[in-house]
Amino acid sequence: MRRLSWFNAVSLTLGFAFLYIPMMILITYSFNAGKLVTVWSGFSTKWYGELFRNEAFLDAAWVTLKVAVMSSSIATVLGTMAAYVMVRAGRFPGRTLFSGMIYAPLVMPEVITGLSLLLLFISIGLDRGVLTIVLAHTTFSMCFVSVVVSSRLVTFDRSLEEAALDLGCTGFEAFRLVTLPIIMPAVVSGWLLAFTLSLDDLVIASFTSGPSSTTLPIKIFSAVRLGVSPEINALSTIMIGLVTIGVIGASLTSKRSIAKRQKDEQEAIK
Amino acid sequence: MKRFGLISVPYLWLLALFLVPFLIVLKISLSDTALSIPPYTPTLDLSQGWAGIREWWAGLDMENFTWLTEDDLYWKAYLSSLKIAIISTVLTLMVGYPIAYGMSRAPDEWRPTLMMLIILPFWTSFLIRVYSWKAILSNEGLLNQLLMNLGIIQEPLIILNTNLAVYIGIVYTYLPFMVLPIYSALERLDESLLEAAEDLGCSRFTAFWLVTFPLSRQGIVAGSFLVFIPAMGEFVIPALLGGSKTLMIGKVLWEEFFSNRDWPVASAVAVVLLLLLIIPIVLFQRNEEKQREAEK
Repeated sequence: MRRLSWFNAVSLTLGFAFLYIPMMILITYSFNAGKLVTVWSGFSTKWYGELFRNEAFLDAAWVTLKVAVMSSSIATVLGTMAAYVMVRAGRFPGRTLFSGMIYAPLVMPEVITGLSLLLLFISIGLDRGVLTIVLAHTTFSMCFVSVVVSSRLVTFDRSLEEAALDLGCTGFEAFRLVTLPIIMPAVVSGWLLAFTLSLDDLVIASFTSGPSSTTLPIKIFSAVRLGVSPEINALSTIMIGLVTIGVIGASLTSKRSIAKRQKDEQEAIK
Repeated sequence: MKRFGLISVPYLWLLALFLVPFLIVLKISLSDTALSIPPYTPTLDLSQGWAGIREWWAGLDMENFTWLTEDDLYWKAYLSSLKIAIISTVLTLMVGYPIAYGMSRAPDEWRPTLMMLIILPFWTSFLIRVYSWKAILSNEGLLNQLLMNLGIIQEPLIILNTNLAVYIGIVYTYLPFMVLPIYSALERLDESLLEAAEDLGCSRFTAFWLVTFPLSRQGIVAGSFLVFIPAMGEFVIPALLGGSKTLMIGKVLWEEFFSNRDWPVASAVAVVLLLLLIIPIVLFQRNEEKQREAEK
């Protein structure tokens, strides 16, 4: 076993301290009794109570969740198709443009994406609301899904698909019965990525939402723009908690499925 | 035929919701501001056929772009965004490289956990991570309390609402984007190369500098683009941590659009920003495709 040199140990410790201390502080102060967020005045969970009585936040949370589920699901289908096209379709007219449109949204400043989509919706006369946010979120998150899925497709052994075709599957059956189960972990992580991107997005949602469809990030942003608020600390703690459970759960599941696959493969070789 | 269907669905979606919107931005950037709904003129009226198109075409001009060069707010904002993006990319690299390096040297059984610890903040809300610094950096914030209690400073340091707070915010939020590509480049590194270098008389540092660093170049390039490009157009970080003196183009665009309701100028700002970013975006895409080829 390799041992960690002191230099690496120090840089890892400092690096992770930098990443985690701000969030720890945020969580700690969400249990602060006082209104001031920088002075500790005793343990209390009252801000959580306030939060759950705040209808505006609950409404916004519901809108956000709806948008995230819809946009990430559509984005997963479109993104998987796009990845399949990128990796398997070979040459076709307009391929360069297609790959450009897949990569550009990954790094496009959100203000530009938001502005351009808003101008599109206005020029075709589509009222801003849940639908427009879903369309906007689907468009940028499908590119992330496509990158995640295509990195799995690249390492995929194509002869498995060919075998399925030789055994009489149609192209779609081969995809459904052979390709899809193998790339499934990537498709699931693509969905999760799209889901979080949508939950998280402030800028694009601000441009594309209407008055009746305020999302949680928009709400949080307007609350914290002027200062720190203990209610937002409580909300942040809940969100961080959910994500932590989700990420740890997902990594345990994937570890188990990898272990199972390795065991299956070993038994198949025997 | 099926192949055609498979290609056309995502293709048409991206054309309609990614490319066409840009053409609209371009069109509106050439229009004039007006007190109407929508607040610009001329609008394309297809019901009048050719005459409508001709009239629309005649109404387009470069006035907004001339305006951008005349009012020094804009080019100052571009330059200042460029400066902030470059400095914070370099800072993120300086903070991120040792972490990625440490991760790649860590015992194998630690790596999945370290990897998860890097990815976890990336899954938590960007907005919340930026916001968490507000309570730390403010004048009566925790950093100042700590430093004053330790007797290091007498007067609180003014960090919040300055560019320094923006740098901290960008480094903090974009760190995983820098660490992950560098880590994946370092992880692939064949360690026998380092042993060979040391056998040939290199010190460990020279071996690092001559072997490890050049071989992690692709990761550095990818990570730097992933930080630099979004940092150029960043809005949330300067809006929450920066001060009134922090000029960033994302913020200018936002205010032009939402506060001044000047859509044509906001569109012109977006077009110029995109033109400035097109070179880094194309280089980024090349780098990604090269890496993909290498993986095949």
